[in-house]
Amino acid sequence: MKQSTSSFSIVGSSKAKTLTERIAARIFLVCGVFAILAVVLITAYMIIQGAPALGQVGIGEILLGTVWKPTAADPSFGILYIILTSIIGTALALVIGVPIGLFTAIFLSEVAPKRLVKIVKPIIELLAGIPSVVYGLVGLLVLNPLMYKLEMAVFKGSTTHQWTGGANLLCAVLVLAIMILPTVINISQSALEAVPRDYRMTSLALGATKIQTIFHVTLPAAKSGIATAVVLGVGRAIGEAMAITMVAGNSVNLPLPFNSVRFLTTAMVSEMSYSSGLHRKVLFTIGLVLFAFIMVINLVLSRIMKKGAQDADK
Amino acid sequence: MRKKILAAVMAGMMLFSLAACGSSDEETTKAPETTKATEAAEDDTTEATEATEGDSTEAAGDLSGSISLSGSTSMEVVVTALQEAFMDANPDVTVNAEYVGSGAGIEAVTAKSVDIGNASRALTDEEKSAGVVENVIAIDGIAIVTDPANEASNLTKDQLIDIYTGEITNWSAVGGADMPIVVIGREAGSGTRGAFEEILEIEDMCAYSSELDSTGGVMARVAATPGAIGYVSLDVVDDTVKPLQLDGMDATEENIKAGTYILSRPFVMATNGEISAQSELVQAWFDFIGSEEGQQIITDAGLILPN
Repeated sequence: MKQSTSSFSIVGSSKAKTLTERIAARIFLVCGVFAILAVVLITAYMIIQGAPALGQVGIGEILLGTVWKPTAADPSFGILYIILTSIIGTALALVIGVPIGLFTAIFLSEVAPKRLVKIVKPIIELLAGIPSVVYGLVGLLVLNPLMYKLEMAVFKGSTTHQWTGGANLLCAVLVLAIMILPTVINISQSALEAVPRDYRMTSLALGATKIQTIFHVTLPAAKSGIATAVVLGVGRAIGEAMAITMVAGNSVNLPLPFNSVRFLTTAMVSEMSYSSGLHRKVLFTIGLVLFAFIMVINLVLSRIMKKGAQDADK
Repeated sequence: MRKKILAAVMAGMMLFSLAACGSSDEETTKAPETTKATEAAEDDTTEATEATEGDSTEAAGDLSGSISLSGSTSMEVVVTALQEAFMDANPDVTVNAEYVGSGAGIEAVTAKSVDIGNASRALTDEEKSAGVVENVIAIDGIAIVTDPANEASNLTKDQLIDIYTGEITNWSAVGGADMPIVVIGREAGSGTRGAFEEILEIEDMCAYSSELDSTGGVMARVAATPGAIGYVSLDVVDDTVKPLQLDGMDATEENIKAGTYILSRPFVMATNGEISAQSELVQAWFDFIGSEEGQQIITDAGLILPN
């Protein structure tokens, strides 16, 4: 032990020290440049691949068209329903996932006994580590049949409804809601735990109940952290492809709960392999649209974080 | 010391959790690659033959020049596989293939602007009378499958069309139980979907409730969903699904060869005049297709060999 401490001694020749410093700095620089290079290359690639189709087909025709028939003799490339599906699907997943996630976070940080937290917390972290294909499989084997039963009950006797066999928007939303839970829970919990203990003590001392304290003091104090959690949840949901390609049905339809729908991600994944020519270019355009969504989400996120930091400074 | 071990364990855990986060993204990007891998299966077989053929190139490679093919897009997979294997066996020969559609291919061979016209349909009498000879190199067959518990066993061509265009939505209308029909198909661009819609003449009129991006996906979804109907290549049908009769005929190789099962189509490599009247190169091409290796490539592409 003593020997090893001496080898890490800060007392040494200054020459060797500056050399180490320099090499380390270089290595960090190369790593940093690598990440930036990747972002720049991907952005450039997406624009080069995706933009030409916008000109060839027409921006309005692609973004506002509702008919997706890429291989027809007279092809049409409208992705409005696909964009709407991604927006509405993500929004519904948040409506279900955020309250559950937030309340779980409140439970873990404010209410639950320490010993229980020690059991629950690793389980939630495990949820984050499960590959998305597993979520998809469970959705396919468990949720789909349940949804089909629900569909049969809701549309009993209908002759106009297109039967989806359970592979519909509702199923995809439920899978997404479960998938964003770990993100929402972990980040909200950290935000809640960062709220100074004095706030709670003061509130309780003034006569507020525990629940009043949580909703009127702790939650407002942690709101920027919770907003971050929600935005990251949006990012996770909108970028997910594998799980929902297995449960959403993948037909281009208006995003109603019992319709088979196609998301931006699944639109690319499902048709990329055999596509060619303009069809393939439009698939890259879909990627570009998704890319734009993610950029907006990241901008919102950085703004929230900045604001949160300012609030904390006050 | 204990602190160091702790730090190492923590670092390991962080790496693990990072890897876990990353895996979902990898999964999504891998999906199109795996479908490509199945396409590339033929490439592998041709690569394998390249290795064995390597020594015999001098013996077989006395041919030189180029062969041009033009026509059906549906035949692209099998033509590409044949093309690569043929060019490996004859390094001095270039095979050019264009995929412009069956009609255009036959027009080109009639006008003698290409050596071979590819068509994924039988030639019309008009085309034959223009001197074009129909050489069927393979037959593409499609089976209609349902979940194993389905009571319906036979559909007419019109019923099948009505189901896929959304006119019929309940099995009771076609002799089955009172159960909704879940219409399952492949994604736009798939060869099986192209063939299915082309044979039934319902191109881009289908109302699918699920569009899956692989044959395996269709099989799994059909097997698991009560009331589902789907179409797959004939060679993948197994016990997990129930193949339906069409117009009273089973989906078998015999019926397809006899021409009584409607969901099939010939892959034609048309020549202007008999094969024996063609150039030495074109004759060598057809000899290659008739050889054991050529026939293997065709069956590997999931096609049926004509007699």
